[in-house]
Amino acid sequence: MRHVKTGIGLVLTALMLFPVYWMVNVSLTRDTDMRKSPPNFFPADPTLEGYRAVLDEQVPYLGVSLVVGLGTVALTLVVAAPAAYSLAKLRPRGGGLLSFVLLIAQMIPGIIMAMGFYAIFLAAGVLNTVPGLIVADSTLAVPFAVLILTTFMSGIPDELLHAARVDGAGAVRAFVSIVLPVSRNSLITVSLFAFLWAWSDFIFASTLDQGGDHQPITLGIYAYIGNNNQEWNAIMATAVVASIPATLLLIVAQRYVAAGVTAGAVKD
Amino acid sequence: MSLSTRTRARDSGRTSGPGHRAARTRGHRHSRSPQWTAWAFLTPVIAYLLIFYAYPLYRNVELSLRDYTVRSFVQGDAPFAGFGNYAKVFADATFAPALWHTIVFTLVSLAFQFTIGLALAVFFARNFRLSATLRALFLVPWLLPLIVSASTWSWMLNSDSGVVNAVLGWIGIGPVNWLTSPEWSLWSVIIANIWIGIPFNLVLLYSGLQAIPPAVYEAAALDGASGPQRFWRVTFPLLRPVSAITILLGLVYTLKVFDIIWIMTKGGPSGASTTFATWSYRLGFGNLVPSFGPGAAVGNLLIVMALAFGLLYIRIQRRQALT
Repeated sequence: MRHVKTGIGLVLTALMLFPVYWMVNVSLTRDTDMRKSPPNFFPADPTLEGYRAVLDEQVPYLGVSLVVGLGTVALTLVVAAPAAYSLAKLRPRGGGLLSFVLLIAQMIPGIIMAMGFYAIFLAAGVLNTVPGLIVADSTLAVPFAVLILTTFMSGIPDELLHAARVDGAGAVRAFVSIVLPVSRNSLITVSLFAFLWAWSDFIFASTLDQGGDHQPITLGIYAYIGNNNQEWNAIMATAVVASIPATLLLIVAQRYVAAGVTAGAVKD
Repeated sequence: MSLSTRTRARDSGRTSGPGHRAARTRGHRHSRSPQWTAWAFLTPVIAYLLIFYAYPLYRNVELSLRDYTVRSFVQGDAPFAGFGNYAKVFADATFAPALWHTIVFTLVSLAFQFTIGLALAVFFARNFRLSATLRALFLVPWLLPLIVSASTWSWMLNSDSGVVNAVLGWIGIGPVNWLTSPEWSLWSVIIANIWIGIPFNLVLLYSGLQAIPPAVYEAAALDGASGPQRFWRVTFPLLRPVSAITILLGLVYTLKVFDIIWIMTKGGPSGASTTFATWSYRLGFGNLVPSFGPGAAVGNLLIVMALAFGLLYIRIQRRQALT
């Protein structure tokens, strides 16, 4: 009976992941087989042409995405970690209101933020720049980061902080030498998600970096779809490469991913 | 981690508050006021929220109330137009179809995401061999960059060379012009969006199921309840709070879906899959001559809808936390 369930589970998972399989399959298909009907269901004569195209044309885009992702992680942690410590352990008056504002902030549609940022960035001269994109992308992660870090930091035993106080540590030292090291896992989780969202962002990139010299991989793929819709193996190969961070996240932080999916449902 | 355990950890932390506070003040007599410190740590996030949330939102409202041209957009001297942009948007021929598409897209997506997510959550509720691994694999669609999912679905739904039409061909259904015909383009983006949203529903509903005590099922089994009876009389009613949260959050997130639609169809052909989100984008960024005023106005209508459901969600969640 249990094996029957495992069997059904395998079939359901295979169905669900079929598009992912198809992406990999198409990325390995030769140009000549691309328009075959019906298409090749297995990469019978696999080719790496698509991946060669990625190496030739998409590496700069991947580099920009890497920089934008890391920048977003840094900015997010600097803003969110102290705030979470305060909300979790220092009990500021009005902290509930702040959490409420953060929850609302998560619900604002991206297009609205993009238009506001566009007007501001144009006036400030940071349109089409990497720092501008980092700032915009960080808005995807900061509310989530504060809320989820607050939840994790609330679990730090007060006795631990109390002991530090007795030893004469101030709030800043307690934060740096106790709260941050103890929260290492949650900080890593938040960093992974912030990186993933910045890496995946399309709406800010396409509005705020449309004319930029340094564009992220999402715009690389988008331009690919627009320009040469014949070479789908190259497009899908780029898509496979662009999926690597998501795959790593699932392998490295599997048990935190579920918590990330429910991020919006975090209380307060 | 399940929602319920997190909630419990939270609540216990809160109820033990006063005791700990007293302890802290005792050991802390010489330092500055705790409130002062607490707010010092909050300063970065408050500055951040003001500059990078409040200010763009304010600019967006301002955009919607002025009559911008490309020149005045740069110079910033556009004349005040009051609600002229909103009147223009309401009178636009795109308004009614975009509203209808937004409603259809949101409701149909949610109905399928929720039903499939719930069925999967029930399926995974009792552990079996590999169940944890398979459940993790179900998260993949949610983790992939939207441009990856959207372009993969675009190629799968290609009229001539797509795998979907190839499979449909085997069972005798003629080629469907998924992305290029006005009858099907909205359904195409809905199908892709359902796929992306299933993991979210699965995870939330699964954690809700884990919170139902097994004793309830044992009692139902003793009373001789059949499988379907157990689902409809026990699981479904007990899951209602989590279901409400899942659906309302889904509403907020689905209303603002932009990437999938724009990448797959650009809202076309001839506006057949245009929602408020893509319409707003097209007005602001999709044409050679941008119309930021009306674009911002459409965006603000969208935010009103999203926030209405968002506040309802928070209200319901708060009420649940109290009971």
